[in-house]
Amino acid sequence: MKISFTANGERAETDVWEGESLLTTLRDRLGLPGSKNACEQGECGSCSVLLDGALVCSCLVLAAQADGHEVVTVEGLAENGEPNRVQAAFAEAGAVQCGFCTPGLVVATDDLLRRIPDPSDDEIREALSGNLCRCTGYQKILDAVHLAAER
Amino acid sequence: MSAPARTTRTLRKGHATPIKLRQDAIPKVTGKFAYSSDLQAADMLWGQTVRSPHAHARILEIDVSEALRMRGVHAVLTHEDVPGKKLYGLEFPDQPVLAIDQVRYFGEAVAIVAAEEPEQARRAAAAVQVGYEPLEPISDPERATEMEPLHVDWPVERHGDSEHPQPNVVRALTIRRGDPDAAGDVAVSGYYEIGQQDQAFLGPESGIAIPDGEGGVDIHVATQWLHVDRDQIAPCLGLQPEQVRIHLAGVGGAFGGREDLSIQAHAALLALRTSRPVKMVYSREESFVGHIHRHPAQIWAEHRATRAGKLVLVKMRILLDGGAYASSSTAVISNACSFAPGPYAVDNLLIDGLCVYTNNPPCGAMRGFGAVQACFAGEAQMDKLAAELGIDPIELRLLNALEPGGVLPTGQVLTGSLPTKDVIRRAAALPVPEPEELPREAIRLPGGAGNTTRGEGVRRGVGFAVGFKNVCYSEGFDDYCTARVRLREDGGAHVYCAAAEVGQGVSEVILQVARLELGTDDIVLEVGSTADVGSSGSSSASRMTWMAAGAVQLACQAALEERRQTGVGEVDVERVYRHPETSPLDSETGQVLGERSHVAFAVAAMRVVVEVDVELGLTRVVWIGTAQDVGHALNPQAVEGQIEGGTAQGLGLALMEEIQTKDGVILNPNFTDYLIPTFLDMPPVVSELVEVPEPDAPYGVKGVGEPPTVVSTAAIVAALRDATGRELTRAPVRPDDIVGL
Ligand code: FES
Ligand code: FES
Repeated sequence: MKISFTANGERAETDVWEGESLLTTLRDRLGLPGSKNACEQGECGSCSVLLDGALVCSCLVLAAQADGHEVVTVEGLAENGEPNRVQAAFAEAGAVQCGFCTPGLVVATDDLLRRIPDPSDDEIREALSGNLCRCTGYQKILDAVHLAAER
Repeated sequence: MSAPARTTRTLRKGHATPIKLRQDAIPKVTGKFAYSSDLQAADMLWGQTVRSPHAHARILEIDVSEALRMRGVHAVLTHEDVPGKKLYGLEFPDQPVLAIDQVRYFGEAVAIVAAEEPEQARRAAAAVQVGYEPLEPISDPERATEMEPLHVDWPVERHGDSEHPQPNVVRALTIRRGDPDAAGDVAVSGYYEIGQQDQAFLGPESGIAIPDGEGGVDIHVATQWLHVDRDQIAPCLGLQPEQVRIHLAGVGGAFGGREDLSIQAHAALLALRTSRPVKMVYSREESFVGHIHRHPAQIWAEHRATRAGKLVLVKMRILLDGGAYASSSTAVISNACSFAPGPYAVDNLLIDGLCVYTNNPPCGAMRGFGAVQACFAGEAQMDKLAAELGIDPIELRLLNALEPGGVLPTGQVLTGSLPTKDVIRRAAALPVPEPEELPREAIRLPGGAGNTTRGEGVRRGVGFAVGFKNVCYSEGFDDYCTARVRLREDGGAHVYCAAAEVGQGVSEVILQVARLELGTDDIVLEVGSTADVGSSGSSSASRMTWMAAGAVQLACQAALEERRQTGVGEVDVERVYRHPETSPLDSETGQVLGERSHVAFAVAAMRVVVEVDVELGLTRVVWIGTAQDVGHALNPQAVEGQIEGGTAQGLGLALMEEIQTKDGVILNPNFTDYLIPTFLDMPPVVSELVEVPEPDAPYGVKGVGEPPTVVSTAAIVAALRDATGRELTRAPVRPDDIVGL
């Protein structure tokens, strides 16, 4: 089936299989592999994107559900080609090791800071507890979120 | 000693901002970094693996005809289509590329499929008909040596310890020193179990194989050791090593789980058969069967000491379940044995190690590599001994601490750096946070947002442990790393090194060293490839920083020297670095046959505060403080990152992570049922870097990735014991164990 939606501000039109996830469409058909595929079962958050401004796991959303809607991925967060404050803070704080969790965490943090501009440690832990990271032990991610909030 | 400029600093309060970001940081935060699962090629097919639903079965027939007829399918291959050697393996080839006449573990690869679309490949894989005759699985490692041998149907050059009188022995190792009957004044004994842990790296096994049109193949894959992948695959493909070129694709974590082959041979077979690029990506479920795991262990321990607390004797029997194929089990059991007593001086030892073949999931390398299991048992024993003697557990550890000049269980005299006492003292001195008041937010209670308690049954506990492990490869292995440096006319340079960047930051170390040695910032680190440079060895055994730094330093210096001597601007040199030679162990006594069997060591001590709801069996780790012997830290922020992340993996093993099997079949191959620590499970970690340069290493560096994982499981469970008063002899600790059901 044919669908069309806005991906990072640009109109995207593509043919998809009925059972296809939005994650697969983004990664394999639209050349947006930034959203990651660590579990494709809704457990890790590595595929997090904004769908009409709401944070979702794109592996749990059918591509067809995005038809006519607006999707923002990690690739769409940069401002004027520069990493945004969240992305820059993750890089500086050492919150990135293998980085496979990073796109999802960056999108989720961006969402968090729009809702709660200056979150406490507990609020950060709670808000990002759906995003698994296997490398960092989360400490430097916590630092990164605070750093981004300060800016 | 001059050392490369430290490029990053920690950002937490009071620290300066980083001088330079690691070069992959911006690509990773913007989604531009290409992981192995992101790769695409024109005209690409998708590969899929057909896997065994049985842990042990004879294969009666494989019928691929229906699958072959399906739309979009280009190839369905079985063992008959493997043109060269049918078996491969890290230490010796005992594992079929595709199962031949039997399957020995749940999820073993039986056939492979290539199709135009991933969904077509999945459906075709499901349509491959395999006739199985189920056999009784060996699922109890304690009984493995009484069962029929698992590896006889297909003749292999070597299957485990063929000399051993009993079947199914991968390796048996005894380390005997002094008098095994030494009595001492007091004795404590215990039995400990460690469950099977998964590396659970987030980036699934994946990659793409591209035929070169001349019979060879290029494989872009996430791996830990490019050259050993090549050396295993080429004979199976019936090709010369140069015809198989492995290129490092972006790696989404490794932790030992990418030492063995995953998609490499399969994707190459399909690509060569179809003459098209073939991409393979494992699902999370497939990943759980697609790589080896940490060995489950059973350990029987006896410690004897004088009244004053001096260790007199350590006796341990260590049984590791190796699963169906050897992988790196022979080295894992050796490590478990040589670190059995921990970093303590003991004159009398008897360590009996045995690793067996079973039909359980194959086990191999995982961060900590045998030392994790030994530390869990050994540190529990030290606490027991302290209680028996009425000595403070930290004092007892200081009293017995192994330091330079001391002797290891293998008879090796410790010559390098090992600030055991300093590490213990500094971890013990870290201020523990005050108990929190009640009532408080549910999120700060065991059970968290589940609102299971208001804190009535919550008890606090504090635990302490010391972990100890080697750095680099051991037992006479020819351990080396190659680097190549090409100087350009204009003063810039290109560095080639196959060291796998798995997230740990070795690329940055290479660049730091090259900047220092060449005196320029104009340096390009080329993507690791077997086509461009010799082997680096694996990103494992906490060795890559040491080895890559050594090799890049040598190559840089040689390049400058050559330019000086020849006066030519354009220079291209390759150099090999080796660490001091190691020797094997005597097969009877486990004593080292030369000066050393291990190259160097690192030690970490950890203090942990937990809260436990003793009625509900729920836990919350409140705080972790640790001091680690890190040699000279080239990049403190990355070192802390290793400590924090390594600690999290040990916390997972202490509290939640276990692959559950029934008759060899994995019951929880997904993140719904196999839990890894989330943001809410991890407490703040305070880390002290204890910097004593390692004399044998370039710039005094030491590997830092493994000690935190070795120590944290032991330290966390010690805190749980303190909170509950229970023995808790099994990791992961289950709610039932805490409540005493
Ligand atoms: S890939 Fe979507 S939640 Fe894991
Ligand atoms: S950095 Fe590797 S999973 Fe988070």
